[in-house]
Amino acid sequence: MRVPVDTYRLDNGLRVTLSEDHTAPIVAVNLWYHVGSANERPGRTGFAHLFEHMLFQGSKHVGANQHFELIQRAGGTLNGSTWLDRTNYFETVPSHHLELALWLEADRMGHLLPAMTQEKLDTQRDVVKNERRWSVDNRPYGTWWERLQALAFPPSHPFHHSLIGSMEDLDAASLDDIAEFFRAHYTPDNAVLTVAGAFDGSAARAMIARHFGGLPAGKNRPPLASTQIDARFGTWKREIVPDDVPLARLFLVFRIPPFGSPGWYAASVCGAVLGLKRGSRLYRTLVREREIASETTAFTYDLSKGGDLLVLDVTARPGINAETLEREVVREVDALAAGGVEQTEVSRALALIETDAVSAMQSAQERADRLSLFATYFADPARLNTEPERYAAVSASHVSAFARAMLGADNRATLLYVPREANAQ
Amino acid sequence: MTSIIAPPAPGPPQPYRFPAATRSTLPSGANVVVASLRKLPLVTVTMLFHRAGADADPSDREGLADLTALMLLEGSAACDGAALTERFELLGSSLAIAADWDAAQVTFTVQPSRLDDAATLVAGVLGAPAFPARPLERIRAEHHAERLQLMAEPRALADAAFDWRCYAAPARYRRPLAGTMASVGGITREAIDAFWRTRYTSDALTIVVAGDVTELHALRAAATLSGSLGASGTRGAEVSASPPAAGPRLSLVARTGAAQTELRIGHVGVERRHRDYFELTVMNAVLGGLFSSRINLNLRERHGYTYGASSGFDWRRAAGPWSVSTAVKTEVTAAAAREVLAEIHRIREKEIAADELELATHYLAGVFPLRFETTAAVAAALAAQATFQLPSDYFDTYRDRVSAVSPADVLRVAKAQLHPDQLTVVVVGDVAAVRTQVDAIGFGEAREWSPEEVERAP
Repeated sequence: MRVPVDTYRLDNGLRVTLSEDHTAPIVAVNLWYHVGSANERPGRTGFAHLFEHMLFQGSKHVGANQHFELIQRAGGTLNGSTWLDRTNYFETVPSHHLELALWLEADRMGHLLPAMTQEKLDTQRDVVKNERRWSVDNRPYGTWWERLQALAFPPSHPFHHSLIGSMEDLDAASLDDIAEFFRAHYTPDNAVLTVAGAFDGSAARAMIARHFGGLPAGKNRPPLASTQIDARFGTWKREIVPDDVPLARLFLVFRIPPFGSPGWYAASVCGAVLGLKRGSRLYRTLVREREIASETTAFTYDLSKGGDLLVLDVTARPGINAETLEREVVREVDALAAGGVEQTEVSRALALIETDAVSAMQSAQERADRLSLFATYFADPARLNTEPERYAAVSASHVSAFARAMLGADNRATLLYVPREANAQ
Repeated sequence: MTSIIAPPAPGPPQPYRFPAATRSTLPSGANVVVASLRKLPLVTVTMLFHRAGADADPSDREGLADLTALMLLEGSAACDGAALTERFELLGSSLAIAADWDAAQVTFTVQPSRLDDAATLVAGVLGAPAFPARPLERIRAEHHAERLQLMAEPRALADAAFDWRCYAAPARYRRPLAGTMASVGGITREAIDAFWRTRYTSDALTIVVAGDVTELHALRAAATLSGSLGASGTRGAEVSASPPAAGPRLSLVARTGAAQTELRIGHVGVERRHRDYFELTVMNAVLGGLFSSRINLNLRERHGYTYGASSGFDWRRAAGPWSVSTAVKTEVTAAAAREVLAEIHRIREKEIAADELELATHYLAGVFPLRFETTAAVAAALAAQATFQLPSDYFDTYRDRVSAVSPADVLRVAKAQLHPDQLTVVVVGDVAAVRTQVDAIGFGEAREWSPEEVERAP
């Protein structure tokens, strides 16, 4: 399943990747800026995400809220998202509107600041604070992702602090901060642009040159602080959180090799063996057989800088307390570390991963986003096409060796939500 | 002040047609719809059992349809739940069986080379399910856990309270699709077996196949899938009416010190086959369906009250609800509710402007080809066509129908189908802090409920 990849750089450093597919008359435009919460300075947590909101408030030639309206009027979909070390912006439009999408992205990359006002900043600050309330403060277990990052990374590490930020830091954000952040990070040499779908390659190249070619490269970008991290926690870190929740929930975290490194694929497959879908170890033993858990899953953060994380996420059944939950999950992990995995477990995991990967390639925007990912993290968008081979090379002995080396008590962090007395079931 | 240079003009639009589908009927009576899509080696199969949806649940046994669907995953005597799961996942696929309001769905996506193996596994389960006792108790306990989580989760509480207060007894739609703790607690193995035996039949079944397969291969797989089923002699799917609750109703669920209020405002809508479906779709897009809708721009962009506010029709065979949904900072709860009410009135009082209409119709028509990139999306669209018995040219005429809607049409259906004097309003949040201001809006008699009452939905 090879996706066509035509990649080149503009003189100003913008990396461009074009991938044609003429199945349907639609085209996906996708932009990754290599900046995220990791680049925030102290006292400005949540700023990268707030900044992402500001990108939709117009630019020199685009009125407030016009970005959304123009794309929707063209029959397109759009969004953006902020992560620890990157921010992406994307739209999918009917093919004949490609130039509109490129023009909008270029205008905000090159000319955002003239449209930035205190009023817009104040409104988006309120919107983001509401987002924080909605996704973190006003839901059971809502604080988990903030707490997990803080637990898994030392305070000095760029991944330690909250992605959505604190209310205090959000209040402190100013227009000067906006300008400084924009000039430092939102430059063509700090970005990759991918276009995937039905379009004419040479017409697209001409449009890209016309709209992005004149933007100057950045200067004086502050370097990202070191993301270096030890391969293991070196201990078993623990955080217990009494909360207004009806059921205990455990996040068991392990440090694993960086995303995309040779050792990472065995870790990813191990995660799938443990927690992907209902044939997984944790589901079979803890949900089905021993009836300890009501839900189980496992996932990785996919961090290519420093080191990645593998997380097991298990919710107790009513009547099972937090202590029992943790003990039983750890028992399964210990068993896997000591006894390894069966070939059939690896075959199941690889079959599911393979179908998932093929399925994702159906969508032009998903292809574009994956191409942007490989361009940003590995300077090699075509690497998307060889990922299946890296997975296929993972054997049961690789996974067992990984488990033996990395799932032990010297490499764990427990984040455990415990129902407050009154709510306990 | 921004200087607006016009955006670049679009090129000529490229033609797009929804994938063609062939229709046939197997000797067993099952309808088969096949869309051959040559893109990637994937195929999605969806079996729709038209008489096995949640609207067939008996009173006080709500959840029977969904529980029966979940119990089918626990396999047969020859192949239990764990074995079924493992075999299916070794094929790189996962089998989903669940009930929605209008049908039970068996669905999976798989590489075409493994379709026959998958079909054989599914047929084995559908033909002779074991409905074993221990997994039944386990699934009941999982449902119990979900209900406990619901009572602690403001969004889910608001949704549940809204449905409950919006409809009058004995409407099925008052209680959740998967049932309450009490209703599921009363479901017996015998009831599940009877539900399966009488409703999972080949003559009330449509099988949709969308993906990289020939029609012949798809028909063969469909024959395998349905080959183990009995017939009931009843093709028709009965649809129970779901009467709306009387009068304005304000419901409050207290969560002390909550930073946000989950707000739901709406009433019973209309059935999917309503003749004004396209006009209502456009009207809703303008009012609260798009990011640039009146309600969202008002509450989020103009006032900063919320991260997002939207409205929507829940389209079902019988009339599902129409509702506005948002989470707002506690202090502005009443103000936000007033703005929503004002927008509902405004769209009923005056025709929308031409460019507002165009935003909605251009979006709905333009986004059409973007909706069907995956086999799963195509299968889901064909499944909806079968469920609601939409015309055979539905997809080919969709964009024309949407584009034909005028501001006068929008005004007409807004007046006819939005009822600001009969709203059900739900407030989940710091009731003590907001009660007085919310009462003052005039939604009518207010009642406070506990999360337990909402869960029970008496």
